[in-house]
Amino acid sequence: MNLALTILIDGVIYASWLFIVALGLTLVFGVLRILNFAHGGLYALGAYSAAVTVGWFTGHGLDGWFTILAMFIAALAVAVIVTPIIERGLLRFFYGRDEVLILLVTYAVFLMLEDITKLIFGVDPYYVFEPRTLLGNVEIGSLFYVGYDLALIGTAIVCGLAVWLGLRRTRIGKVTLAVIAEPEVAATMGVNVSRIHLLAFGLGVFLAALGGALTAPLISVQPGISVSVVIVSFAVVIIGGLGSIPGAAIGALIVGIARSFAVYKVPEAEIFIIYLVMVVVLIFRPEGLFKPIQARRI
Amino acid sequence: MNNTLKVVVIGAIAALALMALGFAMPRWLLFTATKAVAFGIVALGIVTLMRGGLVSFGQGMYYCVGAYASGQLAARYGVTDAFILLIVGGLGSGLIAAVVAPLVARYRGIFFAMLTMALSMVLYGVLAKINAIGGSDGFNLPKPTFAGFAPQDGASDIALYAVAVATASLCAVLCRLYYDSRPGLIALASRENELRVEYLGASVFAVTARNFIIAGVLAGLGGTINAMALGHVDPFFSYWTTSGEFVFIAILGGYASAIAVFGAALITELVRSFSGSYFPDSWQLLLGIFLLAVIVFLPLGFGSLWARRRVTPPPADEEIRS
Amino acid sequence: MSIPVLEARNLCKAFGAVVAADDISISIEQGARLALIGSNGAGKTTFVNMVTGYLKPNTGTILFEGTDVTGMAPRRITRAGMSRSFQIPQLCEPMTALDNVLVATGIAATGRQSWFRSAHSRADVDAARAILDRFDLVDYADQPVGELPGGVRKLIDIAMALASKPRVLLLDEPTSGVSSDEKFPIMDRVMRALEGESAAAIFVEHDMDIVTRYAERVIAFYAGTVIADDTAQAVLANEDVQRYVTGRKR
Repeated sequence: MNLALTILIDGVIYASWLFIVALGLTLVFGVLRILNFAHGGLYALGAYSAAVTVGWFTGHGLDGWFTILAMFIAALAVAVIVTPIIERGLLRFFYGRDEVLILLVTYAVFLMLEDITKLIFGVDPYYVFEPRTLLGNVEIGSLFYVGYDLALIGTAIVCGLAVWLGLRRTRIGKVTLAVIAEPEVAATMGVNVSRIHLLAFGLGVFLAALGGALTAPLISVQPGISVSVVIVSFAVVIIGGLGSIPGAAIGALIVGIARSFAVYKVPEAEIFIIYLVMVVVLIFRPEGLFKPIQARRI
Repeated sequence: MNNTLKVVVIGAIAALALMALGFAMPRWLLFTATKAVAFGIVALGIVTLMRGGLVSFGQGMYYCVGAYASGQLAARYGVTDAFILLIVGGLGSGLIAAVVAPLVARYRGIFFAMLTMALSMVLYGVLAKINAIGGSDGFNLPKPTFAGFAPQDGASDIALYAVAVATASLCAVLCRLYYDSRPGLIALASRENELRVEYLGASVFAVTARNFIIAGVLAGLGGTINAMALGHVDPFFSYWTTSGEFVFIAILGGYASAIAVFGAALITELVRSFSGSYFPDSWQLLLGIFLLAVIVFLPLGFGSLWARRRVTPPPADEEIRS
Repeated sequence: MSIPVLEARNLCKAFGAVVAADDISISIEQGARLALIGSNGAGKTTFVNMVTGYLKPNTGTILFEGTDVTGMAPRRITRAGMSRSFQIPQLCEPMTALDNVLVATGIAATGRQSWFRSAHSRADVDAARAILDRFDLVDYADQPVGELPGGVRKLIDIAMALASKPRVLLLDEPTSGVSSDEKFPIMDRVMRALEGESAAAIFVEHDMDIVTRYAERVIAFYAGTVIADDTAQAVLANEDVQRYVTGRKR
């Protein structure tokens, strides 16, 4: 029983982190039809920026809760600076082209970001443990959890709900849904489609960077962190169904729990269980669990 | 001249010229060139898939299977003959590809790319955990021999390079002939319009499965060559970044040509080895810019620079287009 | 009486609440020149799509030369001897007209396909050019089809469907989307190409001028059912047809 609880809680924590990253990925795909390989690179940028910003804050006496603020500022800064460069400067020229071609374009961006990150932040690892100590430890049953980790669950739920409700309840969200469904019609009705694209991509970048920023206190921030994240978050959105927010949530939970199950019960399978799940889901549901319906007219 | 004969003659001349060039190469270049040729063979498999409209992001899997199959044969059973290893590596990976093919052949676009990638990552994870074959460290294999000869140092490098070039030439010739053949034309048509191809009476599934198996064999051959060249094999052969590199080379080369990928592979390897020593932190930046430039300015790859001429009006000869 | 080349028995097809085919039974004789008419959504294209395997009927049977082909994949139906053209031409855009036809003849060719013999052998190219010639398209042979005008694309689409020498050829709106002075030349060429072939030609058509000139028999659809099936003259004179299809009577 205790083990089951441990597996569940660990899995959900991992899923929460995954969801924040994957949410941006699936949103960008939903609106722009771009499966963004560079998402992992943006995640890494977020982690580095957070490490530096938190360091700067604490260096100026702004410690404690200010470090959390610092992480959000860092993620926002990444989004504000990077989005126009990548979206306006590059991706918009490829809209409507073959999805695999765009995947390759973002793969090129991913490769570039790898080195740009190194050029900006160097190759030595950064450590920021401060935010993780803020919330102390929490006892669940007889198990102790770091409060910060549990707070990730809340953060993920807030992010997911904010995007979900934002799309359905706000004006700009409804316009975005219109652009997803009928881009040409939306454009002829006077919607500034470019602006929607920019905003959606920006939100995606922000979520990637936020995922990175929130992870920074958990790991040593160093070159290579982007590589593993890309494929795991791809697995999540593909399992869930590309472009679907509930799909990303379910996908993240499946992947998170499967992974933590493997960690405790079949440690040999830890590295590949995620991909195994992805393969199995794709075989039975070729377009993921939540598949958008598309018909071809002849 | 007959198309078949022409392709074979060009292939043979190119092979001999490249082999001769091997004697003039410094050792580091020989090693780089051997690796590039092996990468080129794997990328040729992706080119074959691209001609059917698909890009696999998981060719590392078959590259890895080829390397492990032949590598184990060499390390465990002492079979070091390069030719036997190549046959085992190619057939081994081809066999696995044949098993996987019916599973992946109905997928398209991103889903095909992601499914093949996921499969390769599963193999990566599994191999990393099997300690009997070295786990995540992999294993070393002895130097190859060549039909009974065991050349020393420099000569061994040249011999392996020559075998790599011969294998690559054979693959390129066979692929070119296939591309130009009727089944090859039908594959190209299914890239452009699957619906039409099905309504004309052909199976796009069968076309894809066939191309996938060919790509698997090619990847296995490349993996075997690199296992012999590096003297070491590890699960990283199946990691997605390895596959990404193959895709990179295939895009650079483009699907119009069976030769261009080898040039693309050599350029990529040279960029990597030069910047690896001179600016270690910016070679991926360079590769990224390179890839973007090719996608934007040469969407059909380097190969389109000369392959475009292939589609100009036919000469009044016995064969209309070669 | 010989067996019909194509026979549909009691075909039904619904998309949710929309009934696109309601108990359709049609029998088509060898070498027929048959037009299917009806307003949009009447069920003509659904019928064509069911017969050629794109859609599976909910109930009913389709017999081709006496063999049950219901629910078979399109490529098997094509192989059996029934092919189709498309309302929007389905071509391999960057490939030349000649290569498009070579794809069609290559797929239609029986026997082992050599992997090492050029698809552009003299004999194959000559045969493909001959097909283009039957449609007066030889001048376009070496141009990418993506750059060709609409009428030419329509004809290439039909030429490809004919490459397999089908016994039934279904033409889905062969003259839609082409200018009015192009439509007769297009149909003339199609009909000329069909001469000497025993193929039954079934064309979905909106243009009554085309129907009266080229169809020996006309079937009118309305709301998923057949409301008239007779000679062109008789069908076009039919009151229901005038009310629901041609709109000549209010």
